Amino acid sequence: MGNLALRNVSKRFGTTVVLDDVSLEIGASEFLVVLGPSGCGKSTLLRAIAGLESIDAGEIEIDGERVDQLAPGQRGVAMVFQGYALYPHMSVRGNIAFGLKNIGTGRTEIERRIAEVARMLEMEHLLDRMPSELSGGQRQRVAIGRAIVKDPKVFMFDEPLSNLDAALRSRTRQEIANLHRRIKKAMVFVTHDQTEAMTLADRIVVMNQRRIEQIGTPLQVYRQPATVFVATFIGSPAMNILPVTRCAGTGTHQCVRLADGTPIETTLPEASLPADGALRLGLRPEAVRLTAPGDGDTSAAVEFVEFLGDKTHVYLSLSGGDRIVALHGAAAQARPGDSVGVSFDHAAAHLFGADGRTLRPPG
Amino acid sequence: MQATRGWSASASEARSGLMFVAPYLIVFAVLLIYPLISGIWLSLHKADLFGGSQFIGLENYARLFRDAVFLKAVRNTLYFVLLTVPPLTLIGLALALALNHGSRWSALVRGLFFSSSVLSVTIVTLIWRMVLVPDGGLIADLLQKIGLAPIPFLSDATLVMPAIAVTTIWWCIGLPMMLFLAALQQVPQELYEAATLDNAGRWRTLVSITLPSIRRTALVVVIIEIILQFQLFGQSQILTLGGPNNASLPIVFFIYQVGFQRWDIGYAAAASEILFCIILVAAMTQFFAARGRER
Repeated sequence: MGNLALRNVSKRFGTTVVLDDVSLEIGASEFLVVLGPSGCGKSTLLRAIAGLESIDAGEIEIDGERVDQLAPGQRGVAMVFQGYALYPHMSVRGNIAFGLKNIGTGRTEIERRIAEVARMLEMEHLLDRMPSELSGGQRQRVAIGRAIVKDPKVFMFDEPLSNLDAALRSRTRQEIANLHRRIKKAMVFVTHDQTEAMTLADRIVVMNQRRIEQIGTPLQVYRQPATVFVATFIGSPAMNILPVTRCAGTGTHQCVRLADGTPIETTLPEASLPADGALRLGLRPEAVRLTAPGDGDTSAAVEFVEFLGDKTHVYLSLSGGDRIVALHGAAAQARPGDSVGVSFDHAAAHLFGADGRTLRPPG
Repeated sequence: MQATRGWSASASEARSGLMFVAPYLIVFAVLLIYPLISGIWLSLHKADLFGGSQFIGLENYARLFRDAVFLKAVRNTLYFVLLTVPPLTLIGLALALALNHGSRWSALVRGLFFSSSVLSVTIVTLIWRMVLVPDGGLIADLLQKIGLAPIPFLSDATLVMPAIAVTTIWWCIGLPMMLFLAALQQVPQELYEAATLDNAGRWRTLVSITLPSIRRTALVVVIIEIILQFQLFGQSQILTLGGPNNASLPIVFFIYQVGFQRWDIGYAAAASEILFCIILVAAMTQFFAARGRER
């Protein structure tokens, strides 16, 4: 049984739907990342699990017990807030002890647990400081300590890294991953940052417009995106999405044609696809390769080049007017205005139907 | 060379800074420092409002400490401050806590409670006179309806100060309420959410989260109210003329009587300086006590 289960959860603010029939299960020691753009409902989802928002329909269970009617403190969850929410007038020790005092834990037990958490998070020296005397990273650590000390069934993180600088964010990300390995508890981590999602998650829930678009491992959501939204939201630069028309292929696989007439033979059996309706082709930038002019599937003009040190993004304009981006090695020779050949990795092509959902062979 | 340039840059910065603060400093000096010093100087004279003056050193102060009416006025004023400042702070806080949400109803009630603050002291005291007088007053009528005798709030030496205090609390409650409301709205919502997840009940949240978060505002409210209530005048003058038997005579009214009815402005200035010192000491004591607790 999953440690945390949501079944058909919906939430409205007035007439605005903020969660629309959301269902998902999280394993007892799973690290689940909820990823999506601002306003997609991911924070509301987290707050609904924690009990900070009531739900209008559906059920939430933790360890098989229905909790959606319980007060937040009784659900067995702990949360690390985006702004840390440390009590500013209490010392670090006071912050960590507050929740335990409120449930009547004995003084000796509180001290023992604080010492254990402080040792685990290497913050023994911070215990008697006030939050105002801590750096951003230290505050973050205290907020995590305050969550751990309660020994909750589920940990919640609401964009906890967004207030940290890039270097600290990367280090804290690793610390959170290590922490999860050590304490092996269910964690729900909300973020809009795909790097955090890809590096931390056992599974990612991609949300858009108050609904779940896809649930899968990081590899699945990257390699087999369920919708155009997931395909373009995950991966940087985003997947190239091009309108295509059907064409007669050489074999049994669906062939599609770009606006400039270039045929691309996908790996999808023609018979498994709907006979009509608009199609869109998805190609990751790494599935687009630059070749010598005249070689490859088609030709293009280089519009813009972004050199990033270890790799280069080359923005191309195909002769049919489509614009795509190719991922190239560090030493791309292309310059804006150059004419180049372009070849596509046909096996890596995705096809999306008119409804934006990916087309897959049955089974 | 470098150091000289640095010095001249900072000197020019100081000059331009001084120009920015100069208008305020001039107003401050002319309207506050000069009258303060001139008041102290005046308090060392036997001076008549319409006649000459004669330097008498600290004689006015010595006279004040022998003056039973002045000492009574000091006691009355201290009693009045004790009767008004704690309730104004606590009721202001309670109202702010009760009305700190965004409903239309609470906005209306906030407006109602604040509306008394915009009335002049004359209107306020006239309203409360209609409530308090034993002859046809609101309370007297209500008491009569249940068969009880009217209470002479304004002519009983024991009841007169509490009656003026109630009038004052009704009049002044808007400001502390608004200050507390502003402070409460600055407390991050996340703190309350964290407290909820930490199993803190309403009382625990109030004591451990809300009150510590607004303690600076509480200090400001107490100091402002101490300063304001030490200056009791209008309510006492209009409701009771300081009576009965000086039972509601505050220091400011004493100063007014001495200075503008007996024209003894040197003596009035000395009483004013003592009031100034009392207010200063009271406000500073509260300030340092609160700061000490914070540390």
